Amino acid sequence: MSAHAIDRGDLNAAPAGRDKRPGLARLTKVELRKMVDTRSGFWLQLAVLGLTVLAVVITVLAGHSEDKTFRHVFSNALQPAGILLPVVGILLVSSEWSQRTALISFALVPERPRLIVAKVLAGIVLALAATVVALVVAALGTALASTSAPHAWSLPLGLLAQDIIYVATAMVIGIGFGAALQASAPAIVLYFALPVALAALGSIHALKGVIEWVSTAEALEPLTTTVMSGSEWVKALVALALWMGVPLVIGLWRLTRRDVG
Amino acid sequence: MIEAEKLTKKFGGRAVVEDVTFRCEPGTVTGFLGPNGAGKSTTMRMICGFATPDTGRAEVCGGSYRALPNPGRRVGVLLDASAQHGGRRGREALAITAQTMGVEEERVDDLLGRVGLDRAAARKRVRQYSLGMRQRLGIANALIGDPEVLILDEPANGLDPEGMRWMRGLLRDFAERGGTVLLSSHLLHEVDAIADRLVIIGAGKIVAEGSKDELLSDAGTLVRADDGDALGRVLAGAGLEAREAEGGGFLVDAEPRAVGAAAQGGGVALVHLAPAGDAGLEQLFFDLTTDNGKEAE
Repeated sequence: MSAHAIDRGDLNAAPAGRDKRPGLARLTKVELRKMVDTRSGFWLQLAVLGLTVLAVVITVLAGHSEDKTFRHVFSNALQPAGILLPVVGILLVSSEWSQRTALISFALVPERPRLIVAKVLAGIVLALAATVVALVVAALGTALASTSAPHAWSLPLGLLAQDIIYVATAMVIGIGFGAALQASAPAIVLYFALPVALAALGSIHALKGVIEWVSTAEALEPLTTTVMSGSEWVKALVALALWMGVPLVIGLWRLTRRDVG
Repeated sequence: MIEAEKLTKKFGGRAVVEDVTFRCEPGTVTGFLGPNGAGKSTTMRMICGFATPDTGRAEVCGGSYRALPNPGRRVGVLLDASAQHGGRRGREALAITAQTMGVEEERVDDLLGRVGLDRAAARKRVRQYSLGMRQRLGIANALIGDPEVLILDEPANGLDPEGMRWMRGLLRDFAERGGTVLLSSHLLHEVDAIADRLVIIGAGKIVAEGSKDELLSDAGTLVRADDGDALGRVLAGAGLEAREAEGGGFLVDAEPRAVGAAAQGGGVALVHLAPAGDAGLEQLFFDLTTDNGKEAE
């Protein structure tokens, strides 16, 4: 086999398009691919799909008849994605260090923040896809339940938007934790433990006023249950800014300042 | 073209790389040789924009690496063959690189064939790869963008003799087509077989640099006599710097002519007198390794 069959003869004769910077759309596609093409990514997403179906089946079989509305079934169907997809987001970033693929990724895209932006965009796309899957599975479940509950098929548009925000922001928070900690295990543990710890602090009376603004359990809980009021929105936005912003800023700071080894 | 100019990098106050300057021209294979911990990887990482030098600068293709818009199409990089996601299939790892830099995915299959990874190997997860297979995958990864410069850190590590021969052919062909290659190794015979220029680094500093012939001509003279003690006295008497060479005799820091004259003057019969050649290069490298070991203690 001749090498010339694959490569050009003269290496220094530049072909067109060689110095074109990879666009953000392409980088986002690559990051989406990275989320599903590893063994862990594949099984995590299969688990999300399986648990989504399971949540719908349980709701339809075991729920009270007034719970068998599309709105309620969909809310349950979305929980597995809301809980497990952020782990996919964490791994998407932390594996660059734990599997040391950063040595390849940053060699191809030396502007490291662009890579993080692509990861965030890919995370949001995956969250939207998961929401669509949950909608379809919930619709099938509701139809099969053939419920006689009033307003069986009503889903306020505002609530759907809130659901999308819930899954997408959870994903971005996961990516932020992965970027800030650059290691899979600590990022996953802290991602789940910190909210619980904060909620526990909320039981201390003196801290309650602060906690209800920063605890995801308190501030973000209404996102999937009710069409939120203005004051609920303010609390949710403050909590989201904190939980998405702080890890991402730390992550970007570490990423641009530190050497990669 | 690769240019490193006065690169210095300190970790915790200790200079890991100090004042390193060298150039790699198109059409050449440069071997970057030094014992483990001498600063080879740190230097290569500074060239590729992974580590920031404390002072000095490095250029690839006429600018800093991180300023290249699509670096994969100009510079093929293999910094660590084991830095691959273990849960990803070999072919998929290459496909991601191809997609990132905007190269058609068919090229991945061509390259898998070219580096000797068959269909079964390409379908395996990288976790199941031997080090030699990872090196082949890493070299394929570096070649996907059809670059003009290759920067490879310890690429021969884990390759069997057949693999070494294959890589030598591949890199020689790459250089003959005008490419620039920088490859590192801690083993003299690995780079000796592939490179036409050597840059030798010890304890963070460049200690020798040049074509193999230049380095060999500086390597001194190997001289042997049946009466070794007498020869030693004569050389010392003539003011020639001599050290005992491995396998008997002396390695003298002088031309054979001067050594021969000294032996004649002292009346010692020689059984061997010649430029030290490979033995001298080995000795030079061996000295570096042991000096480095002493410093580390």
